[in-house]
Amino acid sequence: MSRRLPASPPAQRRRGLPRRLAAVLPPALLVLALLGIWELYVDAGSASSFVLPAPHSIASALWNNAGFLAANLAPTAEEVVLGIALALALGFALAVAVHFSPVLRRAVYPLAIGSQAVPIAVIAPLLVFWWGFGVFPKLVVIVLICFFPVLVTTVDGLAAVDPDQLKLLRTLGASRWQAFRLAELPAALPAALSGARIALAVGVIGAYIAESQTATTAVHAGLGHEINADLTALQTPRAYAAAVVLFAFAIVCFNALALAEHRLAPWARQPRGDTR
Amino acid sequence: MPSQLQSRLAPHPHEAVLDPPAIVLEGVTRAYRERGGGAVRALQEVSLHAANGELLAVVGPSGCGKTTLLELICGLQAPDSGTLSSAAAVLMPQRDLLLPWLSAVENAALAPRISGLTRGQARRHAEGLFAELGLHGFEDSRPGELSGGMRQRVAFLRTLLSGKPVLCLDEPFGALDAITRAEMQAWLAQALAREPRTVVLVTHDVEEAVLLADRLVVLSARPGRVVGELDVRLPRPRVRTDAGVVGLRERALALLHDGARGAGTGVGAGAGE
Repeated sequence: MSRRLPASPPAQRRRGLPRRLAAVLPPALLVLALLGIWELYVDAGSASSFVLPAPHSIASALWNNAGFLAANLAPTAEEVVLGIALALALGFALAVAVHFSPVLRRAVYPLAIGSQAVPIAVIAPLLVFWWGFGVFPKLVVIVLICFFPVLVTTVDGLAAVDPDQLKLLRTLGASRWQAFRLAELPAALPAALSGARIALAVGVIGAYIAESQTATTAVHAGLGHEINADLTALQTPRAYAAAVVLFAFAIVCFNALALAEHRLAPWARQPRGDTR
Repeated sequence: MPSQLQSRLAPHPHEAVLDPPAIVLEGVTRAYRERGGGAVRALQEVSLHAANGELLAVVGPSGCGKTTLLELICGLQAPDSGTLSSAAAVLMPQRDLLLPWLSAVENAALAPRISGLTRGQARRHAEGLFAELGLHGFEDSRPGELSGGMRQRVAFLRTLLSGKPVLCLDEPFGALDAITRAEMQAWLAQALAREPRTVVLVTHDVEEAVLLADRLVVLSARPGRVVGELDVRLPRPRVRTDAGVVGLRERALALLHDGARGAGTGVGAGAGE
C-alpha cells in the first residue's frame, strides 16, 4: 500500500463558489468554442441552412417555439420516465430470476441479447396493431431497448457478492432468502442504478425511435414526431431546437438518477476502510 | 462465571471428564478437487478436541488447511473420512465482511435480526455489549468510517451475538498492524473473560496463540497433520516478555519448523513452567 501525504490535492481544498466555477467552466468553454466554430462554418456558406442551421437561428427557433416545444416535451418525457422505470423493474426482476436459476439464465440470456438486435421497425406495426396509437406501444419499445443494460449490470452486481460473505451469513443462521435480502439485494442496487443510467442514455433515443415508428393521434405527439415532421417540412432550425431540448432533458434526467443513487446507496460512494 | 473459572483453573481442560468436550475430531481427512482434476489434500488424519470454555489455538504455516478445519467445525463442509462432532459453531472469517449498507451496531446485531427480531429489538440486543467492549459512540458509524481494529471488534461482536457456544476465529488480527494487533489481543482476552465461550483460534502467529490460548495444536504444512500439542498453563493476563510465554513460543516454533520440514510427527504434550 502506498502512503499518501496528508495534504489533500488542491481540487479538494477549494470550497464554495470557486469550486463550482471550476466544475462548470471547462464544459461551458468547450461548448462555447464548438458553437463559435459551428457559427463560423455556416456563416462562411459552407452548408445550406436547410442542412445545417447556424446556432443563432436554432436559438431563435427555440425562443419563438418555446411553448410548442414544451408541449411536445411533455409526452416524450412521460415516455422516457415511465419507460426507464419499467425497464428498471423488468431488468431487475429478470436479473434476480437469472441469479437464482441457472436454467433460466441459459434460457433468458440468449433471448435478451437477441432482443437487442431486432430492428424496432420490424415489430412496430405489430405493436400498433396490438395496442393502437397511445403511449403503451411506445413504452414497450423503450423498455425493449432499455432493460438490457439494467439486466446485465444487476446480474453482475448480484454475482459480485463475496462468497465468504454468504458463508458467514449461513453460519449466522441466515436462510437463502435472508442472505439475498441482507447481502445480495443491497449489493446489486448501485449496479442496477448504473445500468439505469446507461439505459437513460439510450432511452431518449429510444423515445425518438418509438415515436418515429408508431403513429400517434394526439395533438402534441412528442419531440420525436415533431423532429421528423419539421425535417420533412424543411423547418430545420426548429428540428434542431427540439434536439437541443432532448439534449438538455437527458442531462437533467441523468443527474436526477445520480442524485437518486446517492440517496438510495450512500455507502457506494464512501471511502472503504479495508486497507486502513 | 463458573464455566470460565473451570476452564481457566482446571489443571488439564481435557481431564474434565464430567464435561463432554465441545468439539471432537477423530482422524478427519479432507481433500479438494482442483480445476485440473487433481485432488489437493487439505487435512490428513487430524484428531483434536476442545473442552467447553476452552480457548484452543491452531497454529500452522500458510496453506495448512486451517480455514478448512474451521469450515468443517462450522458445518460448512463435511469431512471425507473420520468423524467430527461439535456444538453449534459460528465463523469469524479473516476479513471482517461487514455489510457496508448497515451501521456498526446493525452489523453486530445481524444474528438476532436473522433469528427474527425486529430491527429495533436486534439493535437493543447489541447496544449493551457495544458499550461494555469499548465501542460506545460508534453504534451508528458505517463500516467505511471505522478503523481496521474497530471493524474487527464489530465483527467479533457479530460472532458473539450469534449466541452459539463455539466461536471459530480465522486469523482475526492477521490484517492489522502490530500495535493494533496487540491492542486487539488484549481486548479479545478481556471480551472472552466477560463472555466466556469455547473458542478455536486459527493463527500463524505463535506468540498470539501463546498469549491467548489454553492449549495449542500445531499443524504441519499441507496436508495439515497434527504435529504437536502444547498446554499453556500460564496465569493471565500474559505479557509477551514473560519467561513462560517466551519459552512456550520457542517450543511451538520448533514444532512448527519440524512440521514445515515434514519431519516431526510425535505428539509432544508439554506444559509451561
